[in-house]
Order: sequence, then C-alpha cells, then structure tokens
Amino acid sequence: MGDMNTPTQITDAKKRYSAGVLKYAQMGYWDSDYEPKATDILALFRITPQDGVDPIEAAAAVAGESSTATWTVVWTDRLTACDMYRAKAYRVDPVPNTPGQFFAYVAYDLSLFEEGSITNVAASIIGNVFSFKPLKAARLEDMKFPVAYVKTFAGPPTGIIVERERLDKFGRPLLGATTKPKLGLSGRNYGRVVYEGLKGGLDFMKDDENINSQPFMHWRDRFLFVMDAVNKASAATGEVKGSYLNVTAGTMEEMYRRADFAKDLGSVIVMVDLVVGYTAIQSLSHWCRQNDMILHLHRAGHGTYTRQKNHGVSFRVIAKWMRMAGVDHIHAGTAVGKLEGDPMTVQGYYNVCRDTHTEVDLQRGIYFDQDWGALKKVMPVASGGIHAGQMHQLIDLFGDDVVLQFGGGTIGHPQGIQAGATANRVALEAMVLARNEGRNIAEEGPQILRDAAKWCSPLAAALDTWGDITFNYASTDTSDYAPTPSVA
Amino acid sequence: MRITQGTFSYLPDLTDSQIAAQIDYCLDQGWAVGIEYTDDPHPRNTFWEMYGNPMFDIRDAAAILLEVNACRATFPQYYIRVTAFDSTHGTESVVLSFIVNRPDAEPGFRLIRTEEPGRTVRYSIESYAVQARPEGARY
Repeated sequence: MGDMNTPTQITDAKKRYSAGVLKYAQMGYWDSDYEPKATDILALFRITPQDGVDPIEAAAAVAGESSTATWTVVWTDRLTACDMYRAKAYRVDPVPNTPGQFFAYVAYDLSLFEEGSITNVAASIIGNVFSFKPLKAARLEDMKFPVAYVKTFAGPPTGIIVERERLDKFGRPLLGATTKPKLGLSGRNYGRVVYEGLKGGLDFMKDDENINSQPFMHWRDRFLFVMDAVNKASAATGEVKGSYLNVTAGTMEEMYRRADFAKDLGSVIVMVDLVVGYTAIQSLSHWCRQNDMILHLHRAGHGTYTRQKNHGVSFRVIAKWMRMAGVDHIHAGTAVGKLEGDPMTVQGYYNVCRDTHTEVDLQRGIYFDQDWGALKKVMPVASGGIHAGQMHQLIDLFGDDVVLQFGGGTIGHPQGIQAGATANRVALEAMVLARNEGRNIAEEGPQILRDAAKWCSPLAAALDTWGDITFNYASTDTSDYAPTPSVA
Repeated sequence: MRITQGTFSYLPDLTDSQIAAQIDYCLDQGWAVGIEYTDDPHPRNTFWEMYGNPMFDIRDAAAILLEVNACRATFPQYYIRVTAFDSTHGTESVVLSFIVNRPDAEPGFRLIRTEEPGRTVRYSIESYAVQARPEGARY
C-alpha cells in the first residue's frame, strides 16, 4: 500500500544530512521497490500506529529504530555504508478484519548481526522499537533467517532423531509428567513421585519451572533422590528413563555446577527455564553438546509477551530463536489443555520446531519460508491440563514427535501414580496402533480408548475421572487468515 | 517382569494380523522393515542381532510376516523385534520398533549401586539372565 502523501527518501545528500528532524521514510527506511536479498534477515511486525500516524511512516520508524536510526539526523551516518545498514520497510498490508492494525515487512542486511548470537538478534529486532511512542502497540509476528545465518548456530545439542536413538524409543510420542505439588516436597518424597511415574510407564518425569533450590529441598538432595528413582525404574522396566533436572540458578557458574552434578549421577537430560535469558541458554546448550546431554527448555515467562495479539513477540519467533540457540525440548502448547493455544496456531509452532523446510502457511501463522539448513529438530512438549481422554486429539494434532506431559493427569489418578502412568501409556500405545492400522482416530478415538479400558482398569478409572474435562475457552492468539476451529 | 521396550509393550501381545497391519503401515510410509533378535535385553544394548538385512526390496507384509515367523521358530526363547527404517533426509533412523516375541520367563534386571564419596551413587543395571548364563543359553 502507500499513497501520494507518503514521504519518500531524500536522495540529495546535502539535504538528507542537514541537521534536524526528518520523517523516517525520508531518511530511507521505507522502500516499496526493495526486493529482499537471499541473505537478508526478514521480520514481520504487526503495528498499531497512534491516531493520525501514517502506517508507512510507522513501518519506516520500526525499520529505523530496529537498525541505524535515531530521532534526528546525524552527520556521522556519512562515515559509514549507511544505505546498506539501514533496514528497509518494504511492504505494509492492513491486517484482515482489524481496523488500525498493519503488517509491516522489514528487511535487514546480514552484516547488521553477530554470528551465532540470538541475544544480538533480539537486541536489534526487539530492543527499542516496542516502546516507540508513535506506535500504540507492536508485535513481532514472524522472522526469516537466511541459511547463511542459520549455519552460524550449532542448534540443538541432541535433536529429535538422536534423542530417540539414545532413549531407544521410536514410533510414538514420548510420555512425561511434572512432579506435583511443584513446591514443598522433600527430596525423598519428590523421588517417590518420580519412581512411581516412571515405573508405571512414563518415559520422563520433570521438575517444574520454579523448583530450583528452596529451603524445603536443596538441589543436591533432589538430584540424588531423583536419580535413584530413575535408575530403579529403569531396572524395573528394562527401559531408558529420565527426569528433567532443572539446573536454573542465579548465576551461570551455579548452573554449570548443577549440570555437572546431573552428569555425574548419570542423568540423560537437564532442564532450564526461558527466564535465564538467551545467552545463558546458548551457553548451556554448548555444555550439553560437550556432555551428551539432552536440554529441556521450559518456556517460563513467555506468556507475558506472547499471548496478546497486538503487542509483544509471537511464540513462533521464540520457537525459531530457541531452535537456533540450541534446545532439544521446548514447551509449545497443547491446544486442548488448560493453557492458551489455538490449535492451528500451535501446530505452526510445532512445525517450526520439527520441519527441515518450513513453507508459508498463513492459517498456521507462518508468514515466511524457512530453510533450516539441516539444523537439528526440536522436540515440542505438550504440557498443561491434558489427560488420557484427549489422547486421540493430541496424536491427531501433533503426530509422533512430541512429548505429552500429563502431570495432574498422572499423579491425580484415583488408583495412584503408577496406575495414572499406565493409563496414559496404554491410551497412547492403543491410539498409535489404531492409527497405524488405518483407523480415523479423530472420530473413533473415544471408542478406541473405551475398548482399551475394558482390559486396562487404570485407563477405565482415568476416563471415569477426567473423560469429560475440557478447557473450551476462546483463544486470544489466533490466525488472521482462517476461521479457527475449537477442539471440544 | 515384562520388559516394556518398544512401541507396543503395554498392549497385549500383538496377533499375526496386528503385526501384518503395522508392517503394512511401514511399507505404505516407504520404510524398510528389519527383524532383530537378542537374549541380552539390557536397555542400552542397541545392537540386537539382525535376522538378515533390513528388507528394502520386500514390499509385501505377508512375506515379511513369514520372515518374522521363521525367526520365531529359530529363536523361540529370544526377544525379537520388528524395526522400521526411514531413509528420508532429516530422519535417516529407526521410526518404529516393536517386540513380537519374548521368552516365557523374564527374570528382569538387578540395579547395582556403587557408593562413592559424599552421597553420590554410581548405578548400573544387570540382567539376571545374562549374568547367569552365556549367550545362547540364557532363556
């Protein structure tokens, strides 16, 4: 879009660099003829300009404030190859059915970014611009990274394929549960929950995001008791088992200390929270690569900036960043559980984690093609308010490469934790078997579960307890391009 | 105890027609199916013996099921699994693996704890059957 009133770039250098204030479009941050180069990094922002602010000038301002511009002309631009360093807003579209909001596409030259640093990408792209006064709100919807940039990242230390080979678990989603209550258990009591869940049939147990090293349970106690439980369950089943030991701490040094202890005890996996920051995540990822460790990322805190559609950062951008930063697991939503997530939008996050090449898919919120350049795949994790009665929906939505985490749905089982775990494992295997046999699990799922419950009393009890529980609320973060089906 | 490795160990043992249906699914996906057997089911014993190479060129579930049953007849007291391989770029690994035969008695595993300074413990897992007798005479 654009009209005759939109200011254009001033090409006379003397006028362009006279002291004073110019429109961002006049300074050269808007170029409707710009053809993005194959090596450009692209960003799509949803912007809500203040009343009376021209959307193209607003888009140019976003490009300016996220690259070289400041509020006034500076002559020192002329010491640099400033035409190249200027980001270019090159396309502005109105958001369908949403007056006042616009999609602004911005291209950045590759040399604006440090290799292998998500922190640098974030400091550039979301550093200043989201507080910019001429915008009421702004949201980073999607990004595209050229393969040249992707290849500067090591990516996931393990990846889906190698994780499965190490764990010897193929052809089905992995099963997990978060130890509950998340706070207050002693190390001994905590390990009890881990043992029961793993022996009953889960592949993983998990520390919660806020379990670090509190007065009721020092981290070393947790690690020691949990690893006894993990190994005992492994001997009891003949399977490789794991428990995500959360190494999140106040300093990087302390996180390394905890990760080293987890390794010494033979854990296959450690965990960290998104709130530790991108640099810390990349550091821990490199440590995991050196130590044959799977890295689980809990996306603690993301809802503060991903959930509202008009302002913040879409989770699909966070998922892309974290694949490059190098995590093996990432919580990416359930669609059917207790936490925010429209089904197609959530599928978009999963695709970003697992594709070798992501295609534009507006209904799933994917605005750019992305060649992942053989970067390993991240295992998405579905966690939060899901239960065995939803197994057909979960497998139908997400396929096999996902960790399904039933916390309350395991530990709250009326016959005990082992029974809860067994119910989930039986429901999972029965559903995968039926799908592979060609049955339509989306429709026949409830019957498949009832049939399995005839010979599996823990599953019968789980269905009796939770079979009717749904979290059917409207999502806030939905696609702008399709009616969004709700999952009952 | 019942070793629960593999995709379908929590279900009742699969019938031949159920096995054939899973093989059909594998073939439809373009995967190659192989048969592997062992009498050392340690969770980290990756390399079970191959009952021939993966059958890249056999695209008929009935023919593969014949091989499964031949393996069962040869090794009735062994663990036998059907394993599917996907050669697609980005995967190039095992994508389905399920047990189709197991010994009559499964004595399971012993957890060995070696205590070290502090409260650190080193763990290892040892199969009772493997410990008791040599390969080929365990089950």
